[in-house]
Amino acid sequence: MLLKFSKRDNTLIVFMAGELDHHSAENVRIKIDNKIDEFGIKNLIFDFSDVNFMDSSGIGVVIGRYKKIMEYGGKVGIVSLKPNIKRVFELGGLFKIIKEYKNIEEAIESF
Amino acid sequence: MYHNEMKIEFPSKSQNEAFARVVVAAFASQLDPTIEELSDVKTAVSEAVTNAIIHGYENTSGTVTIKCSIDGNKLTVEVLDCGKGIEDVELARQPLYTSRPELERSGMAFTVMESFMDTLEVESQIGKGTRVIMTKSFKSV
Repeated sequence: MLLKFSKRDNTLIVFMAGELDHHSAENVRIKIDNKIDEFGIKNLIFDFSDVNFMDSSGIGVVIGRYKKIMEYGGKVGIVSLKPNIKRVFELGGLFKIIKEYKNIEEAIESF
Repeated sequence: MYHNEMKIEFPSKSQNEAFARVVVAAFASQLDPTIEELSDVKTAVSEAVTNAIIHGYENTSGTVTIKCSIDGNKLTVEVLDCGKGIEDVELARQPLYTSRPELERSGMAFTVMESFMDTLEVESQIGKGTRVIMTKSFKSV
């Protein structure tokens, strides 16, 4: 899975491309955690625009980062979910704790 | 009634999770599925294979077997491992239950399989292994 990071003020944006499963999850987890520490940011946005496949491993990745961001009192948002991926998150009850936004701008404004 | 079948075996490496779901999806494609139906099958297979690798074999080496058959418009997928087995299948199937909380797993694998396929059966014996049998009928045929 390819990850691209960008930063806007105190928000880290993770652009993800490819397939998020148990195999790719470990690497994704480490890379995002390292960036959070390196940039010392407060909020996090997952950009799922180019994620074509995700199984329940992705729920663990998002919730794990959510817990980390919560420790600093920050906020987490998700943007651009494809229908198949949205259904996995819905089953996991993820939207009870993390909001999906239309785009990055909307997420940043709400933070 | 139309019948077809296939079987694959591969080592329990996480790299093979993607391989397995793509192979099953390719086999299922002869039923003329919608993109959504195919995506459901891929997700369910990915969950079952991941369970075999993480829980069945606990990341040690073993063989994962997938048997697929098509009868009419119904796809049956069996995912088998000869790993440690599940002590309490009913408990394991509960949403959010995970036997290994340290792994940052969501405990949703069986729930995903159940939701994305029509039926799910889990047979397991301690020390012998686990067999997951899922079926899905395709509307488009």
